[in-house]
This record gives sequence, C-alpha cells and structure tokens, in this order.
Amino acid sequence: MAWGEFKDTAAERRLFQRRALVMLLFVVLLMTGLLARMYQLQVVEHDVYTTLSDKNRVQVQSVPPPRGLVYDRNGELIAENRPVFSLTIVPERAAPIDDTLARLGRILAIADEDLERFKKRLNEPRRPFQEIPLFYDLGESDIAKMAVHRHEFPGVEVTAELVRYYPHSDLTAHALGFVGRINREELNRIDPVNYAGTNYIGKSGIERFYEEVLHGRVGYQHVETNARGRILRVLERENPVPGEDLELHLDLRLQRKAHELLEGRRGAIVAIEPATGGILALASVPGFDTNKFVTGISVADYRALSESIDKPLFNRALRGQYPPASTIKPMMAVAALDSGVTTRDRKIWDPGYFQLREGGRRYRDWKRSGHGWVDLKHAMAQSCDVYFYDVAADMGVDTMHRYLSAFGFGEDATLDVSGALSGLLPSDGWKRAMRDQPWYPGDSVNMGIGQGFFLATPLQLATATALIANRGEWVEPRLLKDIRGEGTASEFLPAETHKPLVLKDPENWEYVVDTMEEVMHGARGTARRAARGANFKMAGKTGTAQVFSLGKDQEYDAEEIRERLRDHALFVGFAPADDPKIAVAIIVENAGGGSSVAAPVARGLFDAWLEEFPAAESAQVAGLSDQSESEH
Amino acid sequence: MALGKSLLEGPADNALGRSRSIWSILHLDPVLMFLLLMLVGGGLFVLYSGADRNIDVVKAQGIRLAVAFAVMLVFAQLDPAVFRRWSPWLYVLGLAGLVAVLLVGVGAKGAQRWLAIPGLPRFQPSELMKLVVPMMAAWYLSRYFLPPTFGRVMVGLFIVLLPMFLIVQQPDLGTSLLVGMAGIFVVFFAGMSWKLITAFFGVVSVSAPLMWFFVMRDYQKQRVLTLLDPQSDPLGAGWNIIQSKTAIGSGGMDGKGWLQGTQSHLEFLPESHTDFIVAVLAEEFGFVGMLLLMALYFLVILRCLFIAVSAQDSYARLLAGALTMTFFIYIFVNVGMVSGLLPVVGVPLPLISYGGTSGVTLMAAFGVLMSIHTHRRMITA
Repeated sequence: MAWGEFKDTAAERRLFQRRALVMLLFVVLLMTGLLARMYQLQVVEHDVYTTLSDKNRVQVQSVPPPRGLVYDRNGELIAENRPVFSLTIVPERAAPIDDTLARLGRILAIADEDLERFKKRLNEPRRPFQEIPLFYDLGESDIAKMAVHRHEFPGVEVTAELVRYYPHSDLTAHALGFVGRINREELNRIDPVNYAGTNYIGKSGIERFYEEVLHGRVGYQHVETNARGRILRVLERENPVPGEDLELHLDLRLQRKAHELLEGRRGAIVAIEPATGGILALASVPGFDTNKFVTGISVADYRALSESIDKPLFNRALRGQYPPASTIKPMMAVAALDSGVTTRDRKIWDPGYFQLREGGRRYRDWKRSGHGWVDLKHAMAQSCDVYFYDVAADMGVDTMHRYLSAFGFGEDATLDVSGALSGLLPSDGWKRAMRDQPWYPGDSVNMGIGQGFFLATPLQLATATALIANRGEWVEPRLLKDIRGEGTASEFLPAETHKPLVLKDPENWEYVVDTMEEVMHGARGTARRAARGANFKMAGKTGTAQVFSLGKDQEYDAEEIRERLRDHALFVGFAPADDPKIAVAIIVENAGGGSSVAAPVARGLFDAWLEEFPAAESAQVAGLSDQSESEH
Repeated sequence: MALGKSLLEGPADNALGRSRSIWSILHLDPVLMFLLLMLVGGGLFVLYSGADRNIDVVKAQGIRLAVAFAVMLVFAQLDPAVFRRWSPWLYVLGLAGLVAVLLVGVGAKGAQRWLAIPGLPRFQPSELMKLVVPMMAAWYLSRYFLPPTFGRVMVGLFIVLLPMFLIVQQPDLGTSLLVGMAGIFVVFFAGMSWKLITAFFGVVSVSAPLMWFFVMRDYQKQRVLTLLDPQSDPLGAGWNIIQSKTAIGSGGMDGKGWLQGTQSHLEFLPESHTDFIVAVLAEEFGFVGMLLLMALYFLVILRCLFIAVSAQDSYARLLAGALTMTFFIYIFVNVGMVSGLLPVVGVPLPLISYGGTSGVTLMAAFGVLMSIHTHRRMITA
C-alpha cells in the first residue's frame, strides 16, 4: 500500500458507512418490491391464479363408448373390438424430438410413412402436451421392448384403445363394410361432442349405415393430470353408453359357402330370404382384409389392392352393373303375360333369328338352327331368344320399362344396404336425353333379352327374383335382423316404400314359376344338369352376358384379354319353388355359360341352405342331447 | 432488542483477544452461521417437495452443501491479508481461464463455459470471477485515497468490464451481469461520486438499446420479449413464466401446504427444484412463507453489511460489501424472474436451489466474510 499511512481511515470508514446505509435502503426497497409483487400475485390476484391452477390440474376428458358388436343370424360374431396398443409421443416432453425418433427407430421398425405422418402432425397446430400417435398396433415384442427402454424415452407412451376387428374380414368385407380413421370431411359432419375421443367411424356397409346405433354415446370424466397429460386421478366419471349390438340376416356359413363356390374366380352372389327380404349372403369375390383399413392401410398394401386386375375393392354385388342377359326373361315373361302381348298357349316359330320386318336386320338366337315352334314355357326352359325378341318388340320400351321398374330395376331398392348402385333401366326419355337419339324398335328387341343398354346389379337381380318367389309381394332387401339392446330393428330400418306387383291374373305368377322350374327340371331345361338329383324343386334362369368392351385405359396382355373378353355367366333362381326359402342371383365374370358355371353354384347354395345347414343343426342338437344323456 | 443486538454485535466481538470460544477458533461467525443453517435446512424441505419427493435429490444436495460449508470453513481460516495479496494474481489467472474457455472450452447448447483440465473436475472460470473481480477491484481502489478520483474509477470499471466482456463471449449474459454487479458494487462502496453514478446509469440506459442490437443473442432478446408478453409464446419460453406465476398466485396467503403444491407436483412448473424452486415455496407456504424467507435473507444481508461496516480496512470493507450485495442480487434476480418481474436468466435461489457450482461460490464468499470478521485485530482507529 503505497500511501496507506497517509490515508484518513476514519473518513474512509464514515464514507463506507454512508454507502452501506444507501445499500441497505436499496436492499429494503427492492425486497419490499419483491414482497409487493408476491402480495399482488398471492393475495390480490389469488383467485385468478387459483382458477388457472385448477384448469391446469383438472381436465374434462371424453370417454369414447365401445362400439356395438355385429353378429350374423346365428349369433356368430363378425365385428368385434380388440385392444390395440399404439405408440404416442408428447413432443413437449420428448425434446429433442429428432433424437428421440432416431433412438426409437433403433428399437422399433417404424415405417417411413408413419414417420412422415407423424412429422406432418407435429407441424400442424395442436393442443399443448397433446400426444401424437407414431406407431399403430404394436406387437407383443414391441410392447416388451418399449417396457424395457421406457425410461430412455420421456414423453413416449404406449397407449391402448379398443379398435374394430373383423374375425372373418375377407368374407364380410363387402357386406359388413368397415370402419376407419375419421377424416377431415367426416370431422365437419359428425357431432364433435359425441365423437370427442372417438378415432374411428363407419366407412362403408353396415358400419356406415348404422354408425349412429353402433357408436353409442360419449362419456366423460374429470381427471387430475400432470403437465404430461398423464392421468393421476379420476375425480368424477359419467360412463359412456356403449353402441348397440346388431344382428344381421347374414349367415356366415352361407357367406363362406358363396366364397368357396366362387373360389379362384371373380363374381358376386346375393342370396335373399324371400319371406323377410333379409340378405343371407352378399358376396363379392375376391374379397380383402378389412382389418388392414381400420388402423390405416400402408401405401404399398393399398396400391396392391387398388391396382389388382381382379379389383378386390370393387363391390360387385352392389356396384357391379352387368347386362342381365337371359336372367331377365322371367320378369319379361311376367310383363308379356300381364300386358297381354302373349298368352300361355301362344307359339312362335323360331328359325334361329328374328327380324323386325322382312329383309331387315337379323337378331340371332343363341342357337343358330333355331328352336322351331316354342311356347313361353319352352322358350324359358331352352332360353329361346327369338320368343323374347318377339314379345319385347310387341311390348315396346314403355311397357317393359313400367314392369321392370315394378321389379326394382333402375333404382336402389335396398333398405339398409349402403352404396348400392341403381343399374340402368333404359327408356325412350333416357335415350333421348343421354344419347340424343330416338328409341328404335331394335333397342326394344335387345332389351328383351337383357342386352343393349340395360344394366342391373346382382342385388337387383336377386331382389327381382325374390319378388317372383313371393308371387309379387315386395320385400326390400335388408341386412339388419335385430338390435340386441334397447331398440328394435324396425325402429332403425328405413320404411318400406314398394307396393306389391299385382297382376291382372295372379295365376300368371305360378305359370312363370312353372316355366322357371322347367329350366331346372325340364327335359330340355338349360340348368337341368345342375338340378340333377335334388330333393327339392327349384326355379331358376340361366344367363350368359356378352362382354362388349374393355375400358380404354386398361392394358392387358393378349392372354388376359382373351380371358376377360369371355362371357359372364349368370343365374337367378329360388328354392324350393313352391315355398321359397332362398332366392339368389349369381354372376361369375368371364366364366362362359350360365348353365354350366353359374347354375351349379346356385345348386350348391340351395343344397347348403335347405339340407346341409339344417342337417348340421339337428345333428348338433342331437349330439348335445346325447351328451347330456350320457352324463346321467 | 435481543435479536438486533446479537445480529449487530454477536459473541465474536467478545472473543477478541479474550476467552477464545469455539467460534473464534474455527473463525466462524455464529450469527451468520445460524441464519445460513436455517436457510439451508428449510431449503432442503422445499427441495424435497420441489424434486417431487425424490430423496436422492435431497441427499445429493446435502452432500453438495456439506462441501460448500467445508469450502466456507477453509476460506474463513485465511487472513483477509492473504486474499488481498492474492487478488491481482487470481485476477490474471481468472482472465487466463476465461480466454482459455473461449479457445478450448467445452460446453453444451452452443455455449462454452467449462474448462476441462485433465485430473481436475470441470470448472467454470466465470464462476470464480464472481469472487475474484470484486477482490481485484477492492485491491486496486483500496490502494489509494477514497473516494477514488475519476481516473481510478475508470480503471476500476475497466477491471470489471474486461472479464464481463470475456464472459459474454461464451455466451453467458447472466453470469457476466452478476460478475459486473459484484465489481461495480466495489466501485460504489469505494465512494464513486453521485455525479458519476448518475452518468453511469445514463451510459447504461443509452447502451441498453445498443446491447439489444449488437450484443444480445436472439434467445436473449426472446426472453426479454417473453417477459413483456408471456402469452405471446405460451408453449415456449412464456410457459415457464405463466406456470410459475400460477404456482405463486394459487398459493395465496398461507399456501397449499408442504408437498401439496399441484403446480409443481403435476409437473406444470418447470425446473421446480432448481431455478424455479421459489415458486414451489410460494405455492406451498403462501405469502407467509415468502415473508419468512425474505426475512431470513434480509437478516443475512443485515449481518453481512454489519460485518462490512465493522471491517478494519478499506479492502475488507469493499470486498465484504460487494459480496453481500452480490448475494442480494442473486435473490432479487431469482425471485424477480420467477415472479415475472425480470427476464428468465439462469440464476439460482441462493442456498435453496438444487445443484450448480454457484452454491460453492456463495459459501466461499460467506467464508471470506467470516474471515474478515474473525481476523480483526485490536487496533483502535
């Protein structure tokens, strides 16, 4: 200290004391400021922050209701719910997120598209501390791996939710439909309250039509959560109302049979119970695994399905619009008899072709040599085209349109089958509007044998066939048989609107059924081989539809073109003929003749429905009683 | 008033030269020691709650505090003359450390703050500067007559600004400001004229906008903006302020009770056992708890200022005063930031927040204060 000894230490001490006093005042002032701030927050604004704190702590959470189950007519479960474990991330807790994702990727095989979807949602506006799903449907080993590594991944959770599962998904894909994730468009449509917490919605079929019934009502709970959103305590709970369980008319056994009979082919089968209109089988083959669609199908899987030449996603039974060909002849016969253009006794000479006038265009019969003299019964049995050319030309388009409309052609006559198309029932007006051309008599001739502009779906053909089986009594096709729970089926089924088709002479129904029996059992019936050895009488009609053209943008190799240019095989019919239990329509694409391919399929269905299944049931009952006896 | 008497005089005075008590043998000040133990003990309770009943955290903090008290004990043994002698060398060493940090330092999140010298635990030279800068400033100014001339004030300020500048480069604005404060308090206690003080604040207020545009990093600006409007970024930086204010405010007059704070236990409050621990205390013990804490802190400051005033030479006085005020600044900045008065900078609540080397530095400072108080000689001025 250079000049220390000369320093005025007393003055320095006094100076320091003054400065210390200033500092003390400074400290007192600032501490008072801090306490004033505390007073402001803790006493003055206490209520505000208490509310904020409670809002933080207590959350109202929605509790999604379990979706109603779906059973077939025998109580077989065809749509159930199973717990699915998914991996979710709360980005706020999992930072740095890229690091978390990279480390997760080393443990789980996360698909690129899942990762992409996650990142997209990460960048969208969202609630704070809301979890974002990354990986759906974790396997058991994945769950185990996550359990082991859980401490390494803050903010990453494995959560369970109930997700739709279809135990017979390939069989029921087209009849039952499926659920999928709610998309943006549906989000605008649904009740946001009732769907709070629900991730899935019916996309097609029964799942879509009965969405409201199946969904149930949302419940809620007040929960205490931490910032992570993890529930610590449930304070109050209002349970959700589960969706109603549905029982369908569908018979899984018949559905399986239908798929077996069409195995390896493309086609559709619709079977209706004439007494109720209940759809016993609604098969479109090939089917697909709807379970893949529930949690979100991968791009590759979807591409494989959508680009498949066999079009498994296409619901042929409801949306396949085919020329009905000769299967329309029973309906034409009803029209011709009732409108009086023909009688049961009237005979026509068939030289192998039909001409509207001498020297005009020749409309060929499928049999080049002709059938000779034919009446209606023989015309039906042998599927004589010329007879129907003749009556169609006589009836004209208006009469045909009137009768065929009464059979449900040209409209969607279903009650609860969503997505059905209406086919095309041409008329004079339609042709003028769509083609800007008048209706030519030649168009009527083509229409008489179900060709030309006329298109029908398998479901429409089955419905019209059921109308004949019922002798004019309308039953609109439906899938819902019963509701297990509060409601009844009739509450939820739309009202039936069709009037019965009353003929001037009701006996004509029996006559047309007779002609259809002749197809099956007559000496020259086209389906006689398929009906051989049956223990019951059946009525039916075969058909063979020409495939006119391929889509312009479709490129097939020559082999496939040949295969896909082949005729479609069709069949409509019911059995037993005098007390119909089942009416069917069958189309097998590019399979050739209806009599050789489609009729045996129908026979298989009839046998199964009328003999196999009842026999198996009684055997089971007998077996059960045997067992109970042996126990005594 | 008995408390006031013991605070301002204490048994240590009686020990001078006469019957040497255990306190004077250990060179500890019993009053300060008692207050520190009260704070530390209460702090452990709050920490247990803030760490969500994690006893391991409390144990680790206990060990840390034991080490810090040991450091205090060591510093208390050294004569203030030793500190004074070492001041310039420690300062040079500290500057070298800061330069080394910038050249070869290690760190995280884009900041280099640590020096990793093989064989030694990692340490932050900037932390050391909180002690060394006021030592150096006190050493320089106390060599001359006080109050210092204008030129010496400028030199004193340069002594303070040089390490500040180096620390800002790391970047670590918070520590830089604390180091600067410690040094500037020395200059203030030395008797820097009020004219200069006014001018100094003038310069600061002019340079603040310049700092904003040329020195501050984006994240630092963000903190200031967030303070002004926490709702502008409710999920990012604003989240902390909103949640800590909610914790404090919902505590009310007498709090939710120990371990009953929903904000902290439900994980809404960030860093509830480190920088934001005062929010836990405010939530669980309410305004009453805050009053008690502030009272304890105030008594510590009062005792320390008394030690400073009763110190025997200018060096000791200036150093003791500056260290006391640095301690206060810690409290003010931490509580101010948690209650939303100041921007969020990483300043812990002294003696209560978990972790950090700042606890050791603080206790070393208390060691220096105790040394100053217990090494007085019977010299009458």
